Amino acid sequence: MGLLTDIRDSITRAVDGLFAGTEPKRIGIYGPPNAGKTTLANRIASDWAEAEMGTESHIPHETRRATRQENIEIERDGKTVTIDIVDTPGVTTKVDYKEFLEHDMDKEEAIQRSREATEGVAEAMHWLREDVDGVIYVLDSTTDPFTQVNTMLIGIIESKRLPVLIFANKTDLDAANVTRIENAFPQHETVPLSALEGDNMESVYQKIAEYFG
Amino acid sequence: MTEMAGTSSPGGVQIDLVSGARMDTLTSMEKIRMILDGVREGNIVILEEGLTPDEETKLIEVTMAEISPDEFEGIEVETYPQPDRSGGGLLSRIIGSDRPQKLTVIGPANQIETLHKDESLISALVSRQ
Repeated sequence: MGLLTDIRDSITRAVDGLFAGTEPKRIGIYGPPNAGKTTLANRIASDWAEAEMGTESHIPHETRRATRQENIEIERDGKTVTIDIVDTPGVTTKVDYKEFLEHDMDKEEAIQRSREATEGVAEAMHWLREDVDGVIYVLDSTTDPFTQVNTMLIGIIESKRLPVLIFANKTDLDAANVTRIENAFPQHETVPLSALEGDNMESVYQKIAEYFG
Repeated sequence: MTEMAGTSSPGGVQIDLVSGARMDTLTSMEKIRMILDGVREGNIVILEEGLTPDEETKLIEVTMAEISPDEFEGIEVETYPQPDRSGGGLLSRIIGSDRPQKLTVIGPANQIETLHKDESLISALVSRQ
């Protein structure tokens, strides 16, 4: 029986190996706080998996844990692309609890939120270092993209040779400026969208299938 | 490295200019420790050659672990943008050269404020603690 078990295990390993390359790619949604990452993650999850990934809020660092939605099947041009979406906390190099006091929190709540926020940023960086196969980098198109965090993160993503798409979000707002984002990162393709309103999502899914399929 | 990360003078702000040659002698964690020890003393640390992307990842992670309410808010970092690697030489593209050559300024988040930044100029305001 031992020999038969060994042979069966070997065959299982070989078959697993054959199909290892077809596992869904894990696509991390990255960007600074309040860029609309969770709104986008929810839009993708509800469009293709009838699911919700997180709570959307105008308060920075609402997402303080990375969450994964598995096996999202996106159909494009007669083909189906299966990916896992990982919604990550906004990345920053500083967290000041006093920022949260402006959002109707008392000091204790604000300190707790800032602690969770710092853990979330570290977790997001860990996912980027170890566990994602591609990146959707979300920027708020009403704000200046030429910040150090954006420059640093895009540099880190490039150094890991990960495929990356830049999404210029919030195009439904009057102050949106997609050209500014295109000029800041001309080496990457920029896709304009409003995740909140669902504007230009056809192009978004086309590009996701093209880059991560 | 402790001799460099001295206490800022009450009358001013200490600036540590660190050469690429000095950084070459340090491991990644030693570099990060040197930077954060300096910044937590209230100093501005200027690296002649910057950090690798991997080191930058670790710098963010360690910074997050050290943030403490009313004591340390984190760091402000400024560098010039990295050049597009696709324009690099064939060898550097093959071996994936990620040796940084970018002047990097790191300071305490509550003491340094970027006034202007573009491809060729960083203008920052540094205040005392």
